[in-house]
Amino acid sequence: MPDSASAAVKSVPIAPKQPSAAARFLSVDNRYLPPILITCILLVSQLSYGVLESFSRTALAIATAMLFECVLGRVVYGKIPNLASAYITGISVGILLRSPAFWPYALCSAIAITSKYVIRWRGRHLWNPSNFAISAMLLLAPEFVSTLMIQWGNNIWPMLVVWMLGVVIVYRVKRLHITMTYVLSFIALSALRSMITGHAFLAEVAPITGPMYQLFIFFMITDPKTTVKPRWAQCLVVFLVAVAEMILRLAQNVHAPYYALTIVGPAAMAIEIARSPRKPAKA
Amino acid sequence: MASARADGGNTATFGRYGFHLDESAKASGIDFVHIEPTLDVKLEHIMTEVASMGAAVSVVDFDRDGWQDIYVTNSREGSHNALYRNLGNGKFRDVAAEVGLADVNQPGTGVSTGAVWGDYDNDGFEDVLIYKWGKPELFHNDGGKHFTRVTEQACLPNWVNADTAIWFDYDNDGKLDLFLGGYYPENLDLWHLKTTKIMPNSFEYASNGGRKYLFHNLGGGRFEEVSHQLGIDSRRWALAAVAADFRGTGYPDLFIANDYGVSEFFINEGGKRFREVGKEAGVGYAPKSGMNASVGDILNQGRFAIYVSNISEDSVLVQGNNLWMPKDGAPTATGAFVNIANEMGVEMGGWSFGAQFGDLNNDGFLDLYLSNGFLSLDRDRSYWYDYSKIAGGNEAIISDAANWPPLKGRSLSGYQKKHVWVNDGVGEFTDVAQSVGVTDLYDGRSVAMADFGNRGVLDVVVANQKGPLLLYKNTVDPSNHWIEFELEGQRSNRSAIGAQVRLFWNGAQQLQEVSGGSGFCAQNDRRLHFGLGKASAADRVEIRWPSGQKQTIQAPELDRLHKIKEPI
Repeated sequence: MPDSASAAVKSVPIAPKQPSAAARFLSVDNRYLPPILITCILLVSQLSYGVLESFSRTALAIATAMLFECVLGRVVYGKIPNLASAYITGISVGILLRSPAFWPYALCSAIAITSKYVIRWRGRHLWNPSNFAISAMLLLAPEFVSTLMIQWGNNIWPMLVVWMLGVVIVYRVKRLHITMTYVLSFIALSALRSMITGHAFLAEVAPITGPMYQLFIFFMITDPKTTVKPRWAQCLVVFLVAVAEMILRLAQNVHAPYYALTIVGPAAMAIEIARSPRKPAKA
Repeated sequence: MASARADGGNTATFGRYGFHLDESAKASGIDFVHIEPTLDVKLEHIMTEVASMGAAVSVVDFDRDGWQDIYVTNSREGSHNALYRNLGNGKFRDVAAEVGLADVNQPGTGVSTGAVWGDYDNDGFEDVLIYKWGKPELFHNDGGKHFTRVTEQACLPNWVNADTAIWFDYDNDGKLDLFLGGYYPENLDLWHLKTTKIMPNSFEYASNGGRKYLFHNLGGGRFEEVSHQLGIDSRRWALAAVAADFRGTGYPDLFIANDYGVSEFFINEGGKRFREVGKEAGVGYAPKSGMNASVGDILNQGRFAIYVSNISEDSVLVQGNNLWMPKDGAPTATGAFVNIANEMGVEMGGWSFGAQFGDLNNDGFLDLYLSNGFLSLDRDRSYWYDYSKIAGGNEAIISDAANWPPLKGRSLSGYQKKHVWVNDGVGEFTDVAQSVGVTDLYDGRSVAMADFGNRGVLDVVVANQKGPLLLYKNTVDPSNHWIEFELEGQRSNRSAIGAQVRLFWNGAQQLQEVSGGSGFCAQNDRRLHFGLGKASAADRVEIRWPSGQKQTIQAPELDRLHKIKEPI
């Protein structure tokens, strides 16, 4: 999930005059908007449908992520960073990872945060932390973990709630085009998959109606820290993620979206970093 | 210790775990093979997946000759169920046709999914309810010679797509009542579908399954359906139910394991009403794919744990099975349970189905037998990807069978190794299935345990979907002692279902309860079997009859069956 807080805050214009109370409410610092909204999503879905394995497992994931962020930030940069990003990573691990055991939640969060500090190139990290960690867990401990693949409840309301909240978030952080490009690509490629497999179109498009995808499209693929900078390139990359996912789906890979992002995202980042001029070393 | 030659087992294995199971169905004269039904052609693309249940087994001494018999269901239209009469010499003979219990799957009436036995009219002979995806049938046992169909007289419904039923006396009035749990909605004739919108509307929160029935026994062979007025209203997809007095109130509570959702725990409020308290009790929190409900005092603490089986497939769907242990100091009002399956080592069982507790090695602690495996078709091609694809879909998509990708002969968690977990008594179960001889890979469904040889050991019988009925004959270290009890109610129901027996020995105790059905579509030997390990004597046995009457027997003799009638 995203590191959108720090990047997004730069885009907030300075208010020319004292705003009204309502305006102040609606202009909550973007840094805190994603964590607030994902918390709302978590609470609504849990209290209405009990989507989590348990609160305690999710709490463990959050606590581990924040602890690792504190320790690694202190060790690597000499200060404790803003914990909004780690909090979101912990929540996303708590929602997306499924295991009856406790330790996978802690380990997954630990891998996610550590990856931000360890797997870097020219000062930027390549993988979305939670995407990388979940993919790693699926590869390393398949007998103990799976990912969220079922519906939250049996009607469309939870999805609409997530959509409304998600649109607010990505619009505020100016990344709605990424989400929409992916969604349209997925639907179009579902039609193509349906033609290839002979399965019903609705069967092919079914996954994107599930809650896992709502978190994927609103929080994971929009992560500012692990997406390329030009707007057109962002659309291209996310389209390529959808294409890679289609290929993995045709190969009957259950975790196609995670692996597609794990493959395409860093490749795009690497190309952008390689093409960008090196910053002169500080004296 | 018995030698390998004498016991027909492997010496090392026998010595290590104290028992060995030998599959001996054919040698015992059992040649039953389950056949699946052929449902409406609209379901042809996923037929094997939809028609994946129906193999069930129950144990009964239907003719009261002192030997436990086996009833097994079949599911092809026109196929016959079998009643294997125990001849007492290690052999069985199918007498279902002779007694009128074979031809119960006629086209147009649905097909069998299970059977439970209970003496509903207290005449001393166990009657049987055969539940079906179709018309449930009640048969009266006429003195162990013949069975008479009494469905209409009993006022049972015309059609229920049921996958679970149990006998229990919920109001302790001395007459057995009947719970019947629907899976598919009762308005669906799966052979003549008007719509393909028949599937669950969610993979873990489905609420469009079959209704539940509670038939109050009025006497005279008549029953009154009282589920709604007593508070049992649920349309979850029930696959297993078990009743026991979990809270020490003297009345049996009802636990239901549901597919596509959370389990439900209906507490019995004085035989007047049921109240669902799954969330408060802790068992109705995380939705899974419940397929089994069996009960056992696994730590010899005089309280029942509940084992619920679910689905675990590496990296795709790791639900883990649940072992619900009552919490210390749990409130009597609702009960309170905690899942300790992981800690006890009985969590991962593949695509799990039927399970039963029983002391397989007579060491004094209840062991656990779990069958599993869903669809064993093409070994090299899996349906899991397509299954996960549709499972995440919105209700409008998942609930329509037309949207489900075709199975095309692919396996779905097939060819799985079974689990036989030996209980060390101090908090850990060890899987010894391969070592003790349980090596089959069939798609197991229903498991029952019984002392078929009256030898003081529990044998295991397993009904497999599209597979043979297996009889695992048990050979146990003879230096371990045992004791068995056969109860007969007088003021209570004559089957003594609901009677609790608490055995005390060597400072330990173990609690068991006579059950009217448990596991997945199964029913064990109604006689209660206790292993005692090396103990040379038992201190006492305390019996609490469903009527509330208590009885104590001091120093019951070991290594024998005790037949006990309820004092009047």
